[in-house]
Amino acid sequence: MAEAVAFWALAVAAVAGGVAVFVVDSMARATFALLASFLCVGLALLLIDLAYLGVLVVLMMVMEMMIMAVFMIMYMMNPAGFMPMTMVHNHRGALAISGAVFALLVAGIFLTPWPARRGVPAADPTRDLGMSIMGPKMLVMMVVGLAILATIVSAVVLAADRGRYDRYGDRPRGR
Amino acid sequence: MSSVLAFAAVLLALAYGAAALRAVLSPEGAGAARPWREAARPLREVARLLTQRRRRTPLPDTTLMRAGIVTLPVVAALAGVVVPLGGEPVADLGVGVVWFNAMEVCGWAALWLTGWGANSVYPLVGGYRFLAQGIAYELPHMFALMAPALGAGSLRVGEIVAAQERVWFAVTMPVAFAVYLVSALAMAFWGPLGQPLGADVAGGVPAELSGPDRLVFLAGRYLLLTVAAAMAVPLFLGGGAGPLLPAWAWSPVKTAAVLALLVWARGRLPVVRVDRFLAFGWLALIPLALLQLLGVSVMVVAGG
Repeated sequence: MAEAVAFWALAVAAVAGGVAVFVVDSMARATFALLASFLCVGLALLLIDLAYLGVLVVLMMVMEMMIMAVFMIMYMMNPAGFMPMTMVHNHRGALAISGAVFALLVAGIFLTPWPARRGVPAADPTRDLGMSIMGPKMLVMMVVGLAILATIVSAVVLAADRGRYDRYGDRPRGR
Repeated sequence: MSSVLAFAAVLLALAYGAAALRAVLSPEGAGAARPWREAARPLREVARLLTQRRRRTPLPDTTLMRAGIVTLPVVAALAGVVVPLGGEPVADLGVGVVWFNAMEVCGWAALWLTGWGANSVYPLVGGYRFLAQGIAYELPHMFALMAPALGAGSLRVGEIVAAQERVWFAVTMPVAFAVYLVSALAMAFWGPLGQPLGADVAGGVPAELSGPDRLVFLAGRYLLLTVAAAMAVPLFLGGGAGPLLPAWAWSPVKTAAVLALLVWARGRLPVVRVDRFLAFGWLALIPLALLQLLGVSVMVVAGG
């Protein structure tokens, strides 16, 4: 009972956050409405005893949305963000497309022949997840991990070029 | 319930202790006729801020600003629930280390929101600086958290403490401990890593805060610093283990020692610019932490 109440509260809050993204008139508020929506999804994972994945979603979403906030505001037509703005352009077309996609996804949920549960939940889902990632999927995860790290490092190297006034110590060429 | 009360009492007492020590060690405190009298200065500051009239900036985003201010002490307290500060932790979660990490990262949102909301340039600069600092410290911090979890074979804080029965992880993984201490300074934007609140931007993030807003923000910062210091105890310093005193007493004593070290560092070390800290964090701290993880992995494989 309590689980059902929590699930529906989180579900409604997640959707409300998603709606708020397109209703609020500031990019900062839109960013945090989206973050609130993601956090509700992360908390919903806790309801099915996936503590590690749930907390990880909270961790990654907060970090990711804070970096996103920088870019969302940077690429705005009005970067200050205090003047009213809207996330929606082409009202009718946007409504038609998003309505159709939503209907398609909901239809998918109801029309999919979901398999019946076999076996029982693992005693420690975190451990099973780790064994799965580091066992049969080890090679894929290692390659993906290296690729992501290399991307991050090269992105930071490209972004953090030093300026002409930026030097260490008193010598003009101190770098 | 009793563990919640004990946790709250110890956390508040330690946070006040940190503020009092900072008041004594600060330039004004050290210059006073009786420096130890300055230990009561945070109390006077609380009274002053509670009665101060709020100052407003034109067109603030008050909703976001208040959300940011309140988030700071709340996430500090939430991060602390897995730390056995007064004996038992409030909740010894199976994924305690990840929980601590997730809650502490919410501080990014708190700082940026507070900086953004005032509609003023210096707080905004401070908020963006903290995001850059976050990128610099978070990866080394995560690797430093991973080392004790790997050594103990568990993400549960209680089991990490139990794994240090014979020898503390501060001894077997000193590099991870050092990296953790640096990242503790960074996450509480304290001392050498306090540039988001730098004097060069008129105080940065809380520059426009006044009255109760400022009080909650600054108290939240001390709480975050305290929780960061407290987490070092179960991760690296053997938790409540120690001679003579019982376990519930050793945790606060060790936390107070780490906290005093962090507070002392503020007056002793120069402020590091965020971009230079990024270079240091990525070019020095991450490789060091990774080597430490390799060492711990070898140790675990050889030992088990």
